[in-house]
Amino acid sequence: MKKIEAIIREEKLEPVRKALEDNGYFGMTISEVSGRGRQKGIPLQWRVGEYRVDFLPKIKVEVVVLDDDVPRTVHAIATGARTGEMGDGKIFVLPVENAVRVRTGEAGEKAI
Amino acid sequence: MSISSGDTAWILISSALVMLMTPGVALFYGGMVRRKNVLSTLMMSFAALGLVGLLWILFGYSLSFGTDTGGLIGRLDFIGLRGVGQEPSPVYASTVPHLAFMVFQGMFAIITVALITGAVVERIKFGSLLLFSALWLTFVYAPVAHWVWGDGGWLAELGALDFAGGTVVHICAGVSALALALVLGPRKGFRDGQPMEPHSIPMVMLGAGLLWFGWFGFNAGSALTSGGLAASAFVATNASAAAAAFTWMVLDWIYRRPTLLGTATGAVAGLVAITPAAGFVSPVMGIPIGIGAAAVCYYCMLFRMRRRIDESLDVWAVHGMGGTWGAIATGIFASAAVNSAGADGLLMGNVLQFGKQIVGVAAVWLFAFGATWVLAKFLEVTLGLRVSSMEETVGLDIAQHGERAYGGALR
Repeated sequence: MKKIEAIIREEKLEPVRKALEDNGYFGMTISEVSGRGRQKGIPLQWRVGEYRVDFLPKIKVEVVVLDDDVPRTVHAIATGARTGEMGDGKIFVLPVENAVRVRTGEAGEKAI
Repeated sequence: MSISSGDTAWILISSALVMLMTPGVALFYGGMVRRKNVLSTLMMSFAALGLVGLLWILFGYSLSFGTDTGGLIGRLDFIGLRGVGQEPSPVYASTVPHLAFMVFQGMFAIITVALITGAVVERIKFGSLLLFSALWLTFVYAPVAHWVWGDGGWLAELGALDFAGGTVVHICAGVSALALALVLGPRKGFRDGQPMEPHSIPMVMLGAGLLWFGWFGFNAGSALTSGGLAASAFVATNASAAAAAFTWMVLDWIYRRPTLLGTATGAVAGLVAITPAAGFVSPVMGIPIGIGAAAVCYYCMLFRMRRRIDESLDVWAVHGMGGTWGAIATGIFASAAVNSAGADGLLMGNVLQFGKQIVGVAAVWLFAFGATWVLAKFLEVTLGLRVSSMEETVGLDIAQHGERAYGGALR
């Protein structure tokens, strides 16, 4: 099992959700996060002049999938999230030790 | 003279309108600070309703409007509202109860104290601010109000015009704010360019909206009657606010994009500038006064930021300089045809009136800056003005008040 953590643009959540769904992945967890990469911050306006916002709002999508499904899932997310501009985000793949379905108590691959 | 029910109704309503401006300014400022300091910022203004509301009745009104002493200050004959009753005052607002005039003036004193707090947000010690407010009301506001509006006050005798408080309220608050901020020093991180992001611009707009609404009482109420002059001041007020909001928006647009924060600020600048002029100029003159206000305040704010002075929410740029422009503009655009108690200005060929306005502005500038500087220095060496560095980092909401604005992270 692997966990895929994708940091994406806020406005790309909907295309990413759809891309995952089209590939048969319905379960996901999302959170609102702040961060920055090479894009650094963006300027916003004060009453006169501007100030820099260092950390930008992003969405983190977390999905846990079977090892064999990793390439397909990563591809789906990357396709959905891409604009080609700086700030499109990153995808991380992490090993997962175990999983438990709370309702039934099933564990391991059956639980995801 | 007997009491007019129409005038009395209008002055009482106006008093309530001006009262609402203080929560308005609280929200206007509260939205512009970081979220860890929003309650502290709101509290600084709201506390003035309690503190100044009391002091005004006890002795503030008497110092401002009591029997004149040398043109400088009122005597304590009205202390604790002694002799201030349901009958009109013999010298002020002769068609409304003396109590109505007193409470109307009290609302002005409250908001003037609240205005200053924008300069010192996110770092001042609350207790010191309260003591400062009490001392400032006594030693700065009361004398200046007496000079300009008191019977026998020296600027009133000179003939300097201030319809609703361009000098008394706005120059006084704005210049004092600058002096207090200079003594207090900048917020931690300000000089390093750390972003101080406004946490709720919708809150700023709500505050600006309440200010605009309440300002009709402030300016049109200052006619002290409910007739044609009140209507004239009302229209001039709206014209200036509209012109300044629109101008600021255009300036924003020229440099970058039209912002709500800028447009709301512009409206306030326009309201400030028309304040001394409202009942002395023809209503349409609100337009040039408003356009001028947006330009003056915009570039003063830019100047303040380039000098890296942390007068945090620009009380000086908006109120001090907007009030200065308004007081001078009164000397330019005034017309005795609008208000027989007023005078003609520069455009009507009256250079002398223009000169009187300059004297009024200069006197209030010098006195407010000097006296506030002394008060601030006194508090700095006695109680101390600043919170500790740790408290400043944590935020004043928790450090000074033990509460937070947006709790309940866990449902």
